[in-house]
Amino acid sequence: MSGFFTGKGIFGGGIVLLVLSVALFAPLLVPDAWATQMDMRARLAGPSLAHPMGTDQLGRDLMYRMLLGAQSSILIAGTAVLMSLVIGLPLGVISGYFGGWLDNVLMRLVDTLLAFPALLLALTISAVLGPNFTNTIIAIGIAFTPYLARIIRGEALRVAQMPYVEAARAAGTNDLWMIVRHVLPNIMPPIIVQATISLAFAILAEAGLSFLGLGTQPPDASWGLMIQASRDYLDIAPWTALVPGAAVAITVLGLNMFGDVLRDVLDPRVAS
Amino acid sequence: MTALVSIDKLRVGFGGAAAVKDVSFDIAPGETVCIVGESGSGKSVTSLSLMRLVEFGGGEILDGRLVLDRESGPLDLARADTETMQQIRGGEIGMIFQEPMTSLNPVFTIERQLTDGLRMHQPLSATQARARALELLKEVRIPEPERRLRQYPHELSGGMRQRVVIAIAMACRPRLLIADEPTTALDVTIQAEILALINRLKRETGMAVMFITHDMAVVAQIADRVVVMYRGDVVETGPVAEIFANPRAEYTRALLAAVPRLGEMKGKAAPEPLRLVGDDRAVTPLTPRAVPEPLLEVRNLTTRFPVKGGVLRRTVAQVHAVEDVSFTLNKGETLSLVGESGCGKSSCGRSILRLVEPVSGSVFLGGDDVLAQTKPALRAMRRRMQMIFQDPFASLNPYMRLQAQITEPMKNFGIDGGIEKAAELLDRVDLPRDYLRRFPHELSGGQRQRIAIARALAVSPSLIVADEAVSALDVSVQAQVLNLMMELQADLDLSFLFISHDMAVVERVSHHVAVMYLGRIVEIGPRAAVFENPQHAYTRALMAAVPIADPATRKLDGDLRFKPIPSPIFPLDHQPAPSVYDTVGQNHRVLKEV
Repeated sequence: MSGFFTGKGIFGGGIVLLVLSVALFAPLLVPDAWATQMDMRARLAGPSLAHPMGTDQLGRDLMYRMLLGAQSSILIAGTAVLMSLVIGLPLGVISGYFGGWLDNVLMRLVDTLLAFPALLLALTISAVLGPNFTNTIIAIGIAFTPYLARIIRGEALRVAQMPYVEAARAAGTNDLWMIVRHVLPNIMPPIIVQATISLAFAILAEAGLSFLGLGTQPPDASWGLMIQASRDYLDIAPWTALVPGAAVAITVLGLNMFGDVLRDVLDPRVAS
Repeated sequence: MTALVSIDKLRVGFGGAAAVKDVSFDIAPGETVCIVGESGSGKSVTSLSLMRLVEFGGGEILDGRLVLDRESGPLDLARADTETMQQIRGGEIGMIFQEPMTSLNPVFTIERQLTDGLRMHQPLSATQARARALELLKEVRIPEPERRLRQYPHELSGGMRQRVVIAIAMACRPRLLIADEPTTALDVTIQAEILALINRLKRETGMAVMFITHDMAVVAQIADRVVVMYRGDVVETGPVAEIFANPRAEYTRALLAAVPRLGEMKGKAAPEPLRLVGDDRAVTPLTPRAVPEPLLEVRNLTTRFPVKGGVLRRTVAQVHAVEDVSFTLNKGETLSLVGESGCGKSSCGRSILRLVEPVSGSVFLGGDDVLAQTKPALRAMRRRMQMIFQDPFASLNPYMRLQAQITEPMKNFGIDGGIEKAAELLDRVDLPRDYLRRFPHELSGGQRQRIAIARALAVSPSLIVADEAVSALDVSVQAQVLNLMMELQADLDLSFLFISHDMAVVERVSHHVAVMYLGRIVEIGPRAAVFENPQHAYTRALMAAVPIADPATRKLDGDLRFKPIPSPIFPLDHQPAPSVYDTVGQNHRVLKEV
């Protein structure tokens, strides 16, 4: 596991750890009121001693909103991507590994889902189920599943045709063992990369839903909601977009680096 | 005579490591110099340095001179500027690469690929360039050259593509042609044609050829002088006859000893291991038992693959991969299936193990019909038949430790022994026991193939199907693995179905040989009968095309042209005739022409 302690590993892991602790502990340390209190005299104020990162259009402190918004953003995006993995992984592996009519049926289903833009799909699901925290996660999770399933199927298809899979079959290996020991480890690297990228898109998808009144409900904060709210004030108060935007960018950067390092650590060819 | 190219103390590095350490040799005008060596010897890096292409692959010329004798006077290519190099590449030095599939651009016509290079180096109009392109295609003897100009690379066969690549390299009348393993990816008959072509072009144009290869037989056929490389150094240089008759360097001797030569088994009753340099163990031939005991009986095996087409992906035709094949393999013996790519030899091996499903026929292994088994019964039967694959880099799972991979078949069949048995198997294939904790990437190609053999042996099978099991290995490693397989056969009474394209290797290891062509066995019999008295026209063509590792027996003079292999794809309603054989000797049968 020494592979984690490279410059990239420490930096990426550090960011991930930081973001997770903010998401976890900020709600315990920062009272809600700090983030929802409006200061009508200091609307769209630039960074100052009182408001280190400035304020939004209602005069709320952007730093506190950013810290408190981490929880819903990370929780929703993280759980949603995890959910799409839990559905997409077996779907894709079964499709790619077994092939045939099963592959055809499953992939036509997935293609149907793919035909709708992810956000539209999430919007519909969320509108049907009702706007609350859990339903937002389900909506994003389902909307993201086809993308992961497609990639996983492609990888499983590739690995299923590798000579080591044929060699194992010739040696009498059964399908379950084959999938667990031969297919899964070999399709992991692209899945890790895709999952980290999906997290970034999930944060933004949550923003989209919030904007349409279906995700996080005001006055609660989320990064996506903050970015959407800043839309009208970009020219006079760019920091309203920069603060949550930077939070998303840094989180994604950290996740990507962490994903890269994780992939390398898991690969015996790089580790030694 | 002054040298055309003079390489002096060349040293090339990649990152920190030196791939070429100290290489010096000359190439005279009109001379073919073969650079021979195994993988990692630096032979390709040397040629890429001469073209100054090595920089594009992350290498760096650290030291030395690469003097090219140009019309304007000698020039050190190691110090030439980019513009001069662009004139020289494709102008004064032409290059052909190994893969005819990938060295042509798939989206351009043959004409475009030929004329682009011409017009870059010479002031030609479009019409002139086209005329010249046509002339070049005629020069490399491509049939129907006018039609080829309008075609795309995928419409041409591998041999024709390599002819186009040669035509492109010859476009500007280079004074030096660099050929980097130009025939390694080709079938043996096409290889013979291409070698003869290069030879003829050299004679007619007086250009020099720098020919890079790992194959001593090709060297013997084409070289004037030979440069033997080993780990970045030149170990020996000399005229080809001298190198083969009196190799001075230890490495050259070992290399030559490891090469099986077609015809050297003449008069021997049984296969025998190669005598390797530094291995003084007595060579014992593998005598088959007096009364042969059949192990594997294949009867009328037929395998077809669907060709899908149209919007609905319906089956529109069939590839007749294996067509009415019958043979018997005895206990403790080796039967080889030999033939060129696409002849169905691999499909035949896979069908026998039911890694692909045959259409009809029967396969009896020790009396049980493999094709009649249900899925669970088939899995149980796999214990008795194992397989070794061609590519040792791809047939091991990169994410699993070797111990897990060797014990996997035992686990599948509930055999006890685990780690202890795995360690014994490593002893058996001459690898240290601590390799069990390693991952595949930590081993060399030959070591990996030993692991693959150990894995196949783990469940004590009686039949091993070896599909091109030594084709991807360097020649010295190939010899060791072949010897190991023969040793295991003698000790464990194993039967091998040995699938290979290499006639010389087949002659070494087989008790019986079956020559395959277009999905059928065209000739089958005892090894001596098939090799010493070939009856079928195709067997004879194959034997004529195989290069022999002896410069005294050259067969590439004049133009060689073998009959191209027709397509094995037939319409759905095609009813092929059954395979009927004439018996020409004891157990020696030849397919009746239909």
